[in-house]
Amino acid sequence: MAHFTCEVVYRGIFQKNLAARICRGIVLASRKAGRWGIAFGRYGDSPQRNGIPAKDFAIVADTKEELEQNMARYEPKEVDVTICVDDTLSKGVESWAWYGLQPINRLTVPNGTLLMTSLQPVDQLLKDIHKKEAPYNLALIPAKASFSGLWVYKEDHTEARILGALAKIQPGFLSLDAVCQAIQEAEWGSELKAASARKAHDRLTSRSIKITEGNPETPFSFEMPKWWEMREGVTIPAIPVGKPMEGGKGYVPERNPYFKKYTTRTMRPVIDFDKCVKCTLCWIQCPDSCFDVTPDGLYDANMESCCGCGVCEAVCPAKDCVTMVREDAFEDNASQWEMWRKDKPAYTAWLGNKIKSKEHVVRSHGFRFRGQYEEEVKKELEQGGIEITAGIPGENAGTKQR
Amino acid sequence: MAVMTGTPPAGQTASDDKELLLSGSEACAEALTLADLDVVTAYPIRPYDTVMQAIAKKIANGQLVAEYIVAEGEHSQFEVVKHASTVGARVFCGSSGVGWMYAMECLTVTPPLRVPMICMVGNRALDDPGAFGVEHNDALVVRDLGWMLIWVDTAQEMLDTTLLAYRIAEDRRVFLPCAISADGAFLTHSQAIVQVPSRAKVDKFLPRYDRGDLLLHPDNPITVAPQANEDWVIEIRRQNNEAMARAYTVIEEAYADFRKVFGRGPENPWFEEYMTEDAEVILMGMGTISLPFKVGIRNMRSKGKKVGLIRPRWFRPFPTEKMVAALQGAKAIGVIDRDYSFGSPFGSGVVANEIRAAMYNAEKRPPLLSFICGLGGREVTLEDVYKAADLCFEAASSGKSPLKTQWLGVRE
Repeated sequence: MAHFTCEVVYRGIFQKNLAARICRGIVLASRKAGRWGIAFGRYGDSPQRNGIPAKDFAIVADTKEELEQNMARYEPKEVDVTICVDDTLSKGVESWAWYGLQPINRLTVPNGTLLMTSLQPVDQLLKDIHKKEAPYNLALIPAKASFSGLWVYKEDHTEARILGALAKIQPGFLSLDAVCQAIQEAEWGSELKAASARKAHDRLTSRSIKITEGNPETPFSFEMPKWWEMREGVTIPAIPVGKPMEGGKGYVPERNPYFKKYTTRTMRPVIDFDKCVKCTLCWIQCPDSCFDVTPDGLYDANMESCCGCGVCEAVCPAKDCVTMVREDAFEDNASQWEMWRKDKPAYTAWLGNKIKSKEHVVRSHGFRFRGQYEEEVKKELEQGGIEITAGIPGENAGTKQR
Repeated sequence: MAVMTGTPPAGQTASDDKELLLSGSEACAEALTLADLDVVTAYPIRPYDTVMQAIAKKIANGQLVAEYIVAEGEHSQFEVVKHASTVGARVFCGSSGVGWMYAMECLTVTPPLRVPMICMVGNRALDDPGAFGVEHNDALVVRDLGWMLIWVDTAQEMLDTTLLAYRIAEDRRVFLPCAISADGAFLTHSQAIVQVPSRAKVDKFLPRYDRGDLLLHPDNPITVAPQANEDWVIEIRRQNNEAMARAYTVIEEAYADFRKVFGRGPENPWFEEYMTEDAEVILMGMGTISLPFKVGIRNMRSKGKKVGLIRPRWFRPFPTEKMVAALQGAKAIGVIDRDYSFGSPFGSGVVANEIRAAMYNAEKRPPLLSFICGLGGREVTLEDVYKAADLCFEAASSGKSPLKTQWLGVRE
């Protein structure tokens, strides 16, 4: 008697189909060895919401009876393998629903595996991944996060590569042959994706992570109120209006004290305060009211409520004032304005570092020019990884085919 | 808040009690006027439309100042008053039969939002066939949702119960909607002499509606009815359950106060007992069915048959312990449902199975016979009463109940 549980942590909506395909693949490949399985999503998640962390699960067992013990669960208490298909989620998972911040490795069993697609080195990832009270393995598939469009599926072989890697991590449940057979059946007999699975299987790198390694920060959490502590009538108090920042100047809106958007972001705005023309557009247009108005009339994006949508960058009329930078370039959620006020030259240097790095200003999803997809898939197959495609709007104007 | 601007008719002052000839629906409108109703919505369906007409007349005569909103259907009608109640208005609404059904979504959201909406359901058969006559299935559909449900049998009781319903529903410990059921035709359309109390007495009995911390107002900014996931819903249901549990106390308090202020009203709010003290057979039924049954019981009593009647008023909250205690002396019980529940245990109506459930753990469980009678407004005759009683007496002597539900007054 044995069973195998796996979670896929992904971002809605762009990775919804990817996560579902991985979980279906696990169940169908396990079936090749006569096992029974289920694939399901965490129902309280809202995978239709842009960028929101969400989860899918696959559970397979030797017998139907054993599988039943794991069915009709909301979320398994522990998983053998955590699969993370966007490395900016290494900072943790805060669902659209209210769960607080779950470290990415929270459900991973002792000596289990966290399997990620990432181009970052392990040491860099460990700055974000929370420390765990038990050792586990961190396995990496070299790839950037696979993001598709709203309802379509991006055929970049990510699901095949992950299934191939799983066959290496859990060969007792998923043989490579079974995985390849299942993939081929789903692909009308084509061997193309099965080849990607085999490559990923052969190339997978893994490292054991000690209990001393990882981000020491205590994850944000809260107690849920008891029924008699809750307001009646399905009512919740409105967020109070804000108050001046200091000396009666500026303005800080009050924010939801429980729901933070730390891990909703894949990127965040970096502000060059010296270039700000104080036009107020970012402040007005931000759908999450994330900008604090500083006493000197500047706008400071508050990282508790920024969801990383990039509207501020899009509406800012001042050249190079707002730049969206990938979330993995940051290790905290500190105020940029405070940093700037304290030490302007140091801030300017910090800012320059963030925005000049091509690795960090690349967009994590969406296509920027026609033919990008074919180019990426080709490189992925030939080199086992793809080169980063720069993605500032307009930057690839030269590549566009007219 | 609505303000009275009209002056009482000549020869009457606000402190006078009056005696008026009123239908059940008019009695309800009379009570709404005394309660200084703020917002009423209306969409016509027989027999509920008679209440609409009576309220409209009150407003037209200057006796009541209230927002009278004609909605484009029952769904909107119930939504409008729900929202009006959240901003602190005393509201009234109602419907009948399939009109009540059309408002179903709004009926489900009202109890969890803790809106003390008072409704009159002019009981009417559900379509099809399209019919006007009384059946209780319409109001009973919301029995599991957190609605308080009460059945009345006279115009006087309608007036009194309307005042009581506001007092109970608007109590902060409860804050649940209440539907007052009146049998179509037999009560809604029949006029009888009604004692109408003075406004001064009503003011003494019925405090202003104070929504407190749940008031939707710019000075009390709150969100009402956000989406919630599985982390919250069962707690919200638990709160509703508690509100319904608290209603038992609040109902008893309100009836006691009512008797003090108005000098009438039942000591037992929950059900009326008629000649049950020494009864071997107790018949039960809700609403105006009580009237032919009382006549039949008096006739049978004159022939020495010890038979009595229990007429349940409050169906939600259900007075389980009191009901069981009241039935402990009977040798047989006959429950007459003016509703149906096809495919239910024993094919019984809703009330019969509710009584069966309540009696399950009782010390004495006399045979319980269930009857379905008077559907679609069919008159309940004395022959029906005698037949039900005879079957109950047979069961009382044999100690056994024919489990199959009997249909009375049906052509066969």
